[in-house]
Amino acid sequence: MEASNPSIESLEQTAIECRKSIIQMIHKAGAGHPGGSLSAIDILVALYGTQLNFDVSDGKSPTRDRFIMSKGHASPAVYSILHQHGFLQQSDLDGFRTLGSVCQGHVDMKWTNGVDFSAGSLGMGLSFGIGTALAARLDNHPYQTWVMLGDGETQEGQIWEAMMAANYHELNNLHVIVDRNRIQNDDFVNVQMEVGDLASKIKSFGWEVKEIDGHNMEEIVEALQWSMNSTSPSAIVAHTVKGKGVSFMEDNPSFHGKAPNDSELEQALEELS
Amino acid sequence: MSAPSSGGASRDGYGQALLNIADDPRVVVIEADLGKSTKSCLFREKYPDRTVSLGIAEQNMVLVAAGLASCGKVPFASTFAIFTERAFEQVRNGLARPGLVAHICGSHGGIHTGTDGSSAQSIEDLAVYRTIPNMTVIHPSDDLSATELTEQLLDYHESSYTRTARNKTPRIYTENSVKSLRIGKGSILSEGEDVAIIAIGVMVHKAQQAAENLRKEGINATVIDMHTIKPIDTELLDELAKKVQGIVTVEDHSIIGGLGSAVSEYLSENEPTRVVKIGVDDRFGESGGSEELLELVGLTIESIESAVRSIVEL
Repeated sequence: MEASNPSIESLEQTAIECRKSIIQMIHKAGAGHPGGSLSAIDILVALYGTQLNFDVSDGKSPTRDRFIMSKGHASPAVYSILHQHGFLQQSDLDGFRTLGSVCQGHVDMKWTNGVDFSAGSLGMGLSFGIGTALAARLDNHPYQTWVMLGDGETQEGQIWEAMMAANYHELNNLHVIVDRNRIQNDDFVNVQMEVGDLASKIKSFGWEVKEIDGHNMEEIVEALQWSMNSTSPSAIVAHTVKGKGVSFMEDNPSFHGKAPNDSELEQALEELS
Repeated sequence: MSAPSSGGASRDGYGQALLNIADDPRVVVIEADLGKSTKSCLFREKYPDRTVSLGIAEQNMVLVAAGLASCGKVPFASTFAIFTERAFEQVRNGLARPGLVAHICGSHGGIHTGTDGSSAQSIEDLAVYRTIPNMTVIHPSDDLSATELTEQLLDYHESSYTRTARNKTPRIYTENSVKSLRIGKGSILSEGEDVAIIAIGVMVHKAQQAAENLRKEGINATVIDMHTIKPIDTELLDELAKKVQGIVTVEDHSIIGGLGSAVSEYLSENEPTRVVKIGVDDRFGESGGSEELLELVGLTIESIESAVRSIVEL
């Protein structure tokens, strides 16, 4: 489909539906990563709703925009938005993490229609995005490549190999969004390995950078458009809250990779309605 | 077999292959600073627009190749064999696991690499890549076969790792005979009913010489260039095992996990046969001349001969 122009309110409503899906998926599977899915979902809703060109009937269309979820553990966020746009059915989401399911634990292009990258090992997605952006240039295709990174993920050295290469190759068709939710697997990022002022660091690699509130839909939509207009590779550092939308998950490292139990599910759904 | 003894190193053959397939616009060459060494520089000189320089950053290189492959390109990425190993997980998770098709070439494989010393002498590359599903593993024996086999990767169905050698060795093939090579099919260089010597890379020529010497003693050896280590030619292994008293494998690679292991793994289950493995015996190399180093670790014509004798004398 061609990117459309939905209202901020309708995007916000979609985000609520996605949040419910995320929580339900992880509860049903008894495993998964709610925190980083909930921090990322507002951005994904805006990206799929306002920027990405894709064709549900042809998930591998060569001219589609690419979305590379490098923090692949946030797979429930991706599955929820693919469900909203018709790539996945509810029954697919219900199979999350079960044997043979198209909804693998970490996003996987081999398994899921609409997924452009096989993630799961942090630090690799931006390099892959350089590959797709270079291919677009070689083929004179106007399609864009969007990559979402986690902030903890930027501790991987490969991210900075890729940051350097994207600028060197002048890839202005490459866009990064950093989900700066300040929490990683074991604890807060600044406890494990502080990544510091990511905006300045990325800027120093020759990128255009913008910082936003990653839960303010209007700001997100504007920033995505800003990125489209950039003349060099561009990054949006989105300040987010891990577990956003579910009070007991917010800013709580223990919900990085833990499923809610029955009563937590009930409370979460109540808070989201 | 009388083959011309002049020629280049197998890495030269790789560079030549890139030029030979350059007319296909899907071909993209990726470098991590060592194009002059791996010989991808030959492509770069003629096709700079389809050459991607990524600097000394092997992990990035492998995933850039994967991204290009996902868009229909056929990427050929090269660096030293040892440095490809730095990106092992990237090859596994980012390239082979999603079933993308890109071709990694590691030059300077083996202890034969020489004076650079042990840090540059990969002796485990074939073993590690052999463990990855959706990966073919190739190690040509001369420049002509490196060209032929690399050209065949253009329309190949899965990702591959090709090890080339730094130094020039005598040619095994002629311009004509090399055309009969096929990825996945071992090449029979000479036939004898007593023993089979299965060799790869720079050791193939030594295997041929050993077989020649043994013939004078009345021992007839079949010599195989098993340029494709994975998938290994099991049909050929079956035939050999039925015919000969035993098999000697010869590789400039660790005896753990390489050619000898691949042959033994298959035969022990399917056609139990005595296999004597000649390779680098679980140790690192050091600086020195290529031939000196091969001698140091026992990769010599004499050691092949005595391994063969140990089988026929049993």
